[in-house]
Amino acid sequence: MNSYLERLYNGIVKENPTFILMLGMCPTLAVTTSAFNGLGMGLSTMAVLVVSNLLISALRQVIPDKVRIPAYIVIVASLVTIVQLLIQAYIPALYEALGIYIPLIVVNCIILGRAEAYASKNPPMLAVFDGLGMGLGFSIALTCIGFFRELIGAGTVLSGTPFAYSLPEIYEPVSIFVLAPGAFLVLALIIAFLNAMNIQNNGKKKVEGCDGSCGTCGKAETCSDAGKR
Amino acid sequence: MRELWNVSSSPHVRSHEGTKNLMLDVALALLPATAFGVYRFGPYALCLILVSVGFALLTEYVFEVWTGRENTIMDGSALVTGLLLGLNLPPYVPLWIAMLGSIFAVLVVKQLFGGIGQNIMNPAMAARCFLLISFAGYMNDFPVLDGMSSVTPLTAMRNGEAVDLAAMFTGLTNGTIGEISTLAILLGALYLLIKKVIDWVIPVTYLGTFAVFMLIFGGHGADPYYLAAQLCGGGLMIGAWFMATDYTTSPITEKGRVVYGILLGVLTGIYRLWGASAGGVSYALIFCNLLVPLIERVTIPKPFGWEGQKNG
Repeated sequence: MNSYLERLYNGIVKENPTFILMLGMCPTLAVTTSAFNGLGMGLSTMAVLVVSNLLISALRQVIPDKVRIPAYIVIVASLVTIVQLLIQAYIPALYEALGIYIPLIVVNCIILGRAEAYASKNPPMLAVFDGLGMGLGFSIALTCIGFFRELIGAGTVLSGTPFAYSLPEIYEPVSIFVLAPGAFLVLALIIAFLNAMNIQNNGKKKVEGCDGSCGTCGKAETCSDAGKR
Repeated sequence: MRELWNVSSSPHVRSHEGTKNLMLDVALALLPATAFGVYRFGPYALCLILVSVGFALLTEYVFEVWTGRENTIMDGSALVTGLLLGLNLPPYVPLWIAMLGSIFAVLVVKQLFGGIGQNIMNPAMAARCFLLISFAGYMNDFPVLDGMSSVTPLTAMRNGEAVDLAAMFTGLTNGTIGEISTLAILLGALYLLIKKVIDWVIPVTYLGTFAVFMLIFGGHGADPYYLAAQLCGGGLMIGAWFMATDYTTSPITEKGRVVYGILLGVLTGIYRLWGASAGGVSYALIFCNLLVPLIERVTIPKPFGWEGQKNG
């Protein structure tokens, strides 16, 4: 696979920051009360992540190793300030809803994690795609969690957008789902579902003739999954 | 002389008690409270209890069949969960609330954490909190009964109104189905104590700490009438005797039980005096349930012969 596309695939599916790496849990749990808020948070983080990855990757030869973390923080904080002012100016409703969590993007561990683990070691274009992939993965995850929390907890779909829809009156919203416990419940259920899917898929990929017992298998030395079953 | 000696390793004395008869004892001990609730609130209350018990059993059965686990429906633990949840519902909530609560209790709180013995909170209490948070309107809606006010005695006391202690003791008052009659609950508790199903330490330290807490902070001084009304009001009695003594979610160490009881008493007092609603037993219980592993860790008794040494 093309290494740029591979970066996208890696961020969205293979190492999804929320569902696989479990990074950035604070905004994930706190602001996903609706799909709109989740998407807003995801996209703002993505914007910061893409540009910070680009800048950090471009400056990776210049930044001295000893002060790299403060340097990253300075870059990320400037970008977050820009994003915060932009949201405040153009989408005030979102600014109200996200509140303190916009400035907190500065300390989002996905951003610092990607800077440290990827952008500081790779060329700028790849780093941009890495940021894009991770950002998209984060946005999709947050929107997804927000969608279910909103649906169950408030009985609405995509409120705050032009496609808003309310469930019929007969449905009683289970309001715990828009509160903190609901965030944990929905996140846990989605991760459980994804893990179940993964286990099923991995089961299908069994090597031909494999009965699951690596100890007695003659191919154990060449098998890539040896010892995993 | 040829005698056959049976040589075996310990244990030599075996008890015939198992989960099943313990749970049936608990269910039996809840009968007076259940019967009184049904007598007081009418057949609909019975319906609610049956629905919540039925769905607790059904959820347990379906989940265990679906995931291919050992079937534990006959051990009575789901029955007790459903019964306790039913007794903690206001008498006229819609049936689907009982249904949803039961499913949440057994599926999320009990089975997803590994089934019987593995739950981190008391399933019935966690489900009640789930319902309280989600459907505050239904869960705080108490009917008007024979001209009495539609507020529970606890809310009345909170509002500074006078309450009738005798009515609160016998149960001629308002509240959830099973909590109203202190007398019926104490009867059941006495049965459990005599059968040695529960231990007196947790309930007594719980109620004692709570009474002392109210004495100091309640703002009524040493007014026995107020203290007694606080003790009889709300879910405190059923919580202390039936929920706080739940085997899975209470400490097994002797000292731990005292700590657990004291914590429960203090927290219940705090919630009742300064919390958003008049009752606080459910929240105090599930919060202390979460602390149980920590309490057990710091109260592990020293083995015989190790008493003088530090940290084992």
